[in-house]
Amino acid sequence: MDELYEEYEEKLPLSIIEEVKKYTEGLGKMKLKKVLEEVYKEYRSSLAEPGESVGIVSAESIGEPGTQMTLNTFHFAGVSEMNVTTGLPRLIEILDGRKEISTKMMEIRLKSPHNKGKDIKELAKQIKETTFKEFIKSIDIDMVELTMTITLNDDKRESAARIAKDLDKAVKGFSFRFDKEERIIVKGSSKEESLGSLYRLKEKIKGIYISGIKGITQVLPVKRDEEFIIMTAGTNIKDIARLDFVDLEKTMTNDIFEIEKNFGIEAARQAIINEILKVTRTQGIEIDVRHIMLVADTMCMSGHVLGINRYGIVKEKPSVLARASFETPIKNIMDASMTGEADFLNSIIENVMINQPIPTGTGLPVLIMKGK
Amino acid sequence: MEIPAQKKIAKIEFGIMSPKFIKDIAAAKIVTPELYDKEGYPVDGGLMDIRLGVIDPGLKCKTCGNKLKECPGHFGYIELARPIIHINFIGVTMDLLRSTCRECSKILIPKNRIDKYKEQLNEIGQISGVSGQRKLIKEIIANLKTQGKCPYCKAKQFKITLEKPTTLIENEKRVSPIEIRTRLEKVTDDDLELFGVNPKALRPEWMVLTVLPIPPVTMRPSITLESGERSEDDLTHKLGDIVRINHRLFENINAGAPEIIIEDLWDLLQYHITTFFDNEVAQLPPARHRGGQPLKTITSRIKSKEGRIRHNLAGKRTNFSARTVISPDPMLQINEVGVPFVIAMKLTVPERVTDWNRDYLKKFIEKGPHIYPGANYIIRPDGKRKKITDETKEQLLEEIQPGFVVERHLMDGDVALFNRQPSLHRMSMMCHRVRVLPGLTLRLNPAVCAPYNADFDGDEMNLHIPQTEEARAEAEMLMEVQTQLISPRYGLSIIGCNQDAISGNYILTAADFKVPRDVGVDMLAAVGIDDFSKLPNKEIVSGKEIFSVILPNDFNFKGLSRIYKSSPDHPDAVVEIKNGKLISGIMDKNNLGEGSGLLLRTLHKKYGQEEMVDILGKVYRLGIEVLFRHGFSVGLADIDLNEQTKNDIRVMVVDAEDEVQSFINAYHDKTLDVMPGRSMDETVELRILERLNRARDDIGRIVQVKANQKSDIMKMVQSGAKGNIINLAQMSACVGQQALRGHRINMGYKDRTLSCFKRFDLGSSSRGFIKNGFKNGLLPHEQFFMAMTGRDSLMDTALRTPKSGYLYRRLSNAMQDLKVEYDFTVRDASGRIVQFQYGEDSIDVSKSEAGKINVRKIVHSLE
Repeated sequence: MDELYEEYEEKLPLSIIEEVKKYTEGLGKMKLKKVLEEVYKEYRSSLAEPGESVGIVSAESIGEPGTQMTLNTFHFAGVSEMNVTTGLPRLIEILDGRKEISTKMMEIRLKSPHNKGKDIKELAKQIKETTFKEFIKSIDIDMVELTMTITLNDDKRESAARIAKDLDKAVKGFSFRFDKEERIIVKGSSKEESLGSLYRLKEKIKGIYISGIKGITQVLPVKRDEEFIIMTAGTNIKDIARLDFVDLEKTMTNDIFEIEKNFGIEAARQAIINEILKVTRTQGIEIDVRHIMLVADTMCMSGHVLGINRYGIVKEKPSVLARASFETPIKNIMDASMTGEADFLNSIIENVMINQPIPTGTGLPVLIMKGK
Repeated sequence: MEIPAQKKIAKIEFGIMSPKFIKDIAAAKIVTPELYDKEGYPVDGGLMDIRLGVIDPGLKCKTCGNKLKECPGHFGYIELARPIIHINFIGVTMDLLRSTCRECSKILIPKNRIDKYKEQLNEIGQISGVSGQRKLIKEIIANLKTQGKCPYCKAKQFKITLEKPTTLIENEKRVSPIEIRTRLEKVTDDDLELFGVNPKALRPEWMVLTVLPIPPVTMRPSITLESGERSEDDLTHKLGDIVRINHRLFENINAGAPEIIIEDLWDLLQYHITTFFDNEVAQLPPARHRGGQPLKTITSRIKSKEGRIRHNLAGKRTNFSARTVISPDPMLQINEVGVPFVIAMKLTVPERVTDWNRDYLKKFIEKGPHIYPGANYIIRPDGKRKKITDETKEQLLEEIQPGFVVERHLMDGDVALFNRQPSLHRMSMMCHRVRVLPGLTLRLNPAVCAPYNADFDGDEMNLHIPQTEEARAEAEMLMEVQTQLISPRYGLSIIGCNQDAISGNYILTAADFKVPRDVGVDMLAAVGIDDFSKLPNKEIVSGKEIFSVILPNDFNFKGLSRIYKSSPDHPDAVVEIKNGKLISGIMDKNNLGEGSGLLLRTLHKKYGQEEMVDILGKVYRLGIEVLFRHGFSVGLADIDLNEQTKNDIRVMVVDAEDEVQSFINAYHDKTLDVMPGRSMDETVELRILERLNRARDDIGRIVQVKANQKSDIMKMVQSGAKGNIINLAQMSACVGQQALRGHRINMGYKDRTLSCFKRFDLGSSSRGFIKNGFKNGLLPHEQFFMAMTGRDSLMDTALRTPKSGYLYRRLSNAMQDLKVEYDFTVRDASGRIVQFQYGEDSIDVSKSEAGKINVRKIVHSLE
């Protein structure tokens, strides 16, 4: 048996071998050989032929259903989930390779026993980024003394001393003291502080980070298929990874750039595939993964995530005319003239321009003959 | 006819022309702005000099001796009185000046550091090109401490600023182009390389023009108006200005005119030359026609969608094409296209005369261009094209012999490419066989509407006739409809039965369909079957038996009908075909339709493309034939519900409304349970929305059960031909909640949606819940809400089309060069590997089953 499989492992992709194993359990050797032979025959006839324009087919397969997608940015998936950018805007965002995406999100999986719901609300609260704003009850400014008195919310008082310290560290030029009435008194450390700067400070300290994980603006514990997870708005995989109750291997973020930064280009490629699949699935559009993989591979080929635009992939093209025919022709031609670039007419568009057969498909084979 | 050897252009190099080069290639020096003399003959040394090429019929080019259309045109030049800055190089010019010493023109980086930076620069040059390299060099120099002083000759440096568009200011004084040129001349080749400028391709001083090339006349032809007046091209106008001002500048300099006059003329010349290159420079008023519309000069000729590159170079035009309105004709085969006689007599197919077909082709010539099937032209072996008319006919018939080509009319069976825009995927252009038909529209089998995304509300389509054997062979092998049955997007069939064909076969294969045998024979005959031996020889035959006649005798199939989902025990829930006989099961969308149409998919796999197309055509026609005989219509009564059901639904709506009201009350009393992570406002919205949607679903379920099951609407829904149960429920019972951007409608007037509601009313009807059905009619406010969502979805489509169109353009531009190589890797045009194996297993989606090899089926078939 095993040698049979070994023989075919050379010829067939692993995924197909696995499937054969699944369906032929308990079959005799002769029969198995016959099955493998048939599967191999079928596989051979399903191969993409050399010269096949797989790039254009993938572009069509993703571009064509684009007209059927919705433009609605916000979408309710069920009742208790969050708002997400979906549909065409999200697809454009992914393929653009944007660094800042419009709705960052994470799905944090938890280690046992938290994934069964233990302390989930507390954990969620712990993750959420809290700014000083949430502690403030009122702020009073003494215009004569040039001091500011901050009264804290009743339920947050116990941590007030620590907060005062945090604030002291974060803001320079002012001193923060914690008084007996559990208020925070702010005073300028030098005498020149004006009333104006005090007012500016009042706005500034509202945004000062106190606890939680930076970037996580909203948290929501959700039960999904018997497992409790935390969904968040905003991402910060680096800091989340440091929490010991998080199951990092299953935790996901939708920020491709962040994935590239922290896990490398291969992870980013997979993330692009997953994110595009997510879009097509929510829109009820069928696109074969192969096309999505090819797009993701094209975007990641250079080692960085490049967008499909004139600053990304198109810029990488070696042909001047191919670049010029996409966008900004003048700039491309001018730059080419300055570097003395030569266009070797290898790709499709240049050959269309000069009326020569294109080097794909039936234009690929050439006949070489000896002249007399 | 001698076939010319195929010329191959190996490469195209880009660079800047040196003044010497410009003079060398020039055929004439242009000295006068005049165009024509009194006789209307081009002036020597003028802009229309016939040494630059000819645009008048009858004249001969003085340079190459060719006539109009044969002469490619030749460049000329003018000597500029003073140097002029080239607008497109102003950025580089300035960068070079800023980074080099104003005295010795050496780069402002000390010698000992150059090597270090060189590496950096090369690196950035690889990543982000020349512009990135220049940016970095500026940064490097700005960061150097030696700033303000040349590290070589210690000369003091000043800041150079650009006063747009073309004036450079240094130390509050203007740097004249002469000065710029001398400074650029001194920059060494080694330093240039740091800027990413290739010294072999250009010297920087060439970026300041001293001679200007004059483009050939052929590229700026004048047009003769009806009045006999000549109208010159925009470029000629611009060049006229340049030559005129240049001439005056020369005269003034020679006459020793005051500096200020010379400066003014110089600036004017600069303006004209700048606008000659680019008439859309930000700070300059564009040069205009007398009428006021801006001139189209060189840059705008190249740029944008209508420019040379995208319009003429990347986009080509064809002859031998036709376009008209389309209409359906199910009697055509799926791979046929119906072509009207008028079109068939205009479009032609070239056929080469041989000894064997001479008499055959002569018949076409005899008939001439006006009688079908005739011929329009013959082409002699020397390439001369002769029109066939009543006068020339006799002579041409004498003349014709092997080697001639006859362009005969389009006939049945010729190949044609059929296309509908927007051509979003490869199935938007397929090859069909011509069927010449009376009428004035192009006709196609409605089964191929899906790949073209066509309907018949006035759609037009294009038809192209391939003119060479290679083109015809490629079209037949690669593009014919039967080769495109499986979509490469998801690996399922994109062509299948639709609408009437599905409902017809649904009725036919239902249990209660029985007709006398002769009626069955009639039906099959209408479909195009002449062998009825498969139809059982008994008085009454069933629909299933009629359907079975179409199937091949050795065909076996097992599948599910749509009703399997709701009632798996139904006798017709499982489709079973044994030895070409339909034993059980109803033919519906699951079996015959596009996409998941599994029956067709299996037929395709087993019997191949040709057979499958034939069977599909027959099934399609059979469906329609059934409807012809059985009758199929829709009436208002089909959506009626009985009183009891109506009442039930009314109660359900009232219940839902009550519950919504209770949510609202709880919200006002602040007793509503807040959902985690939500505010009170959001919670109440979500609860209401959820409750109302549930009500609509419940109503849908009731309608599904209680509506007239025998109605033809219901048959359409059940067979999957058209419509779904929600459509039916909306007509007969309740339209449901109107949603705008994922929320209930919540805008319009201040704090309310319409003036007929109270402020802050969160109730169901005030926020867009439509409780009436279409048949009952909507209340005025409901009608308004409906219009709101209608407009919203209209806007959505209008905004989406250009967005997705641009995405598609970008994708196809980025990926068009990727192809599978002989070693099964995917590479781009320059040979860089994108994937080591296409899709990680090299499987072509359009040759697979939904992207997979169906191992299970293979195992089963061997058992």
